[in-house]
Amino acid sequence: MMRLFVEGIGLLGPGLDSWSASRAMLAGAAAYVAVPTMLRASDMLPAAERRRAGVPIKLALTVGQEAFLHAGRETGTASTVFSSSGGDNDNVHMISSTLATAPREVSPTRFHNSVHNAAAGYWSIAAGSHEPSTSLCAHDASFAAGLLESATQVTIDDAVVMLVAYDHPYPEPLNAVRPISAAFGMALILTPRQTKKSLASFEIDFVSGKTQESRMQDTGLETLRCGIPAARGLPLLAALASGNATQINIAYFEDNYLNIRATPC
Amino acid sequence: MQPLAVSHFTLTNSLGHGLSATLDALRARHSSWTRCAFNDVDLDTYIAKVDALETCPVRSDLSAYDCRNNRLAQLCLKQDGFVDAVEAARNKYGAARIGLFLGTSTSGILQTELAYRRLDSQTGALPPDFHYAETQNSNSLAGFVLHYLGLTGPSFVVSSACSSSAKVFANAVRMMAAGMCDAAVVGGVDSLCLSTLYGFNSLGLVSRFPCRPYDAERDGISIGEGAGFVLLERVTAMNSPSAMSLLGVGESSDAYHMSTPHPEGLGAKMAMQRALNSAGLQASDIDYINLHGTATKSNDASEGKAVAEVFGDSVPCSSTKGWTGHLLGASGITEAIIAMLAVEHDFVPGSVNTQRVDPAMTIDYRIENGAEKINRVLSNSFGFGGSNCSLILGRKA
Repeated sequence: MMRLFVEGIGLLGPGLDSWSASRAMLAGAAAYVAVPTMLRASDMLPAAERRRAGVPIKLALTVGQEAFLHAGRETGTASTVFSSSGGDNDNVHMISSTLATAPREVSPTRFHNSVHNAAAGYWSIAAGSHEPSTSLCAHDASFAAGLLESATQVTIDDAVVMLVAYDHPYPEPLNAVRPISAAFGMALILTPRQTKKSLASFEIDFVSGKTQESRMQDTGLETLRCGIPAARGLPLLAALASGNATQINIAYFEDNYLNIRATPC
Repeated sequence: MQPLAVSHFTLTNSLGHGLSATLDALRARHSSWTRCAFNDVDLDTYIAKVDALETCPVRSDLSAYDCRNNRLAQLCLKQDGFVDAVEAARNKYGAARIGLFLGTSTSGILQTELAYRRLDSQTGALPPDFHYAETQNSNSLAGFVLHYLGLTGPSFVVSSACSSSAKVFANAVRMMAAGMCDAAVVGGVDSLCLSTLYGFNSLGLVSRFPCRPYDAERDGISIGEGAGFVLLERVTAMNSPSAMSLLGVGESSDAYHMSTPHPEGLGAKMAMQRALNSAGLQASDIDYINLHGTATKSNDASEGKAVAEVFGDSVPCSSTKGWTGHLLGASGITEAIIAMLAVEHDFVPGSVNTQRVDPAMTIDYRIENGAEKINRVLSNSFGFGGSNCSLILGRKA
């Protein structure tokens, strides 16, 4: 079992414009209304980069910045774990289209932004962080993989860790074979010890066997959870929003899952 | 960190299949460069290709995963008794207690590139034989290997460009220390595709010649393909202190530029220093450094400065990319294994293709192969996005 503390939260998704604006909806105290994700480029980026930033960079930096503001911490001091099923799905489509026909003139910026760790790279530059950073993928289990890895960094490396999970839709034709319903990102600042800012503790276990996943009560939010790999973390945010002690199961692959006991501080 | 026992390892690349093929090629200074004749790529460059892949599909029960990258993974897993070693570990610990952490930068993207040439002329749809999750998705590699080896422990893919399959060692260290698993298979696979060939070319980073690491005239990378896997277990009283171990890992971020390393090697220096700290070792404890040494102007200049600052000029160093090419997401694991071969055989690989070491370098860069007592090695891997990782492997005592 790994124990850690949540100190800050960031959120951006359809009808979920920030953690603070979404808290009542996640707690079931206000109605969830699905509207398109209000994507924006973080002012952490220089103006030129802001104009060129793709969706993953917008998502990751917006939620990361909100989480750090919430925690009241300096961005340069935390290790980071970025997790995404696809990375930059627009870039993959554009590069694959370019390569399918002559002349194969791949844009250099598009190419270096196509690496799965592009969001992590831009974050470290914008945040001025030299701390370790990793970028993971586990298909539909990408959120669970990111949380598991973050928990080991907090407990074993005694590190403050920012976990960012993000995903966004592919253009056609990839959308038809890998539908992701909307652009969504969430961030958690995780610490090894309780602080005055701690919101809750998580006790996390990786468990063998099949599970009944924890669901969202609101049908709109449940549709989001099922439709976006990164949104598999929503039940954790619902627990944090409600302020109640809650047990949550998040599926990993077919034969295993994460069990998380969230307890308010 | 607590050292981990390196129980078994294997690799496959253009030098051949398995450990002895790579060691023989290193000793004989034999490399396998070919003028770029991959698919219909029309670039003036050399590639380091694994030839058997066109004719060896993946195991029939996993046919949805069939793509160049997973074929290379399978070919590599079949070498050096690696599957048997994992099976023994599975019997010892149970399938659910073995983690799997693999690095790749492009996974099976070649499958997507080729599928985009076969879109339905009416609807624009992808062909029905295209399997997204099993080929294109970065997790394709871990999904394939998980099934191939029959493992059910914690698993994911690290995709941090060219540091990917070095960083997986850090994941294994933490997962085992946290009790999430009792053993781990780490590794990496990257295979030739058009995205990387044309992409690196667009950045002006690809040489027209087989790459010349640390040469005064170096002018860019040459792309190769390869795979490597390592089985890690906890050190027990049964392990001799002179057994091969993972001794230290250091990770850092440049926070400088997406595709250019920090000019003074700031992130590289931090990664190497953190690896030494995690191993509880001094710079003088290291007997050989396998450099990232991509043969771009900027990487070798920045890494050379960083190594000089941490190690001075007394540790033999080389980049083995003149033999293997830049294996991108598989370079970390490949060079970690080459570094372990250096320890096992008291062998310092030099640097093929390098004619004259850049006079600006103040490190002990070796062009010729050598024979020296090697107990501990450091291997560097740096990637786009400023992602750095240094590993220390070898004998504890």
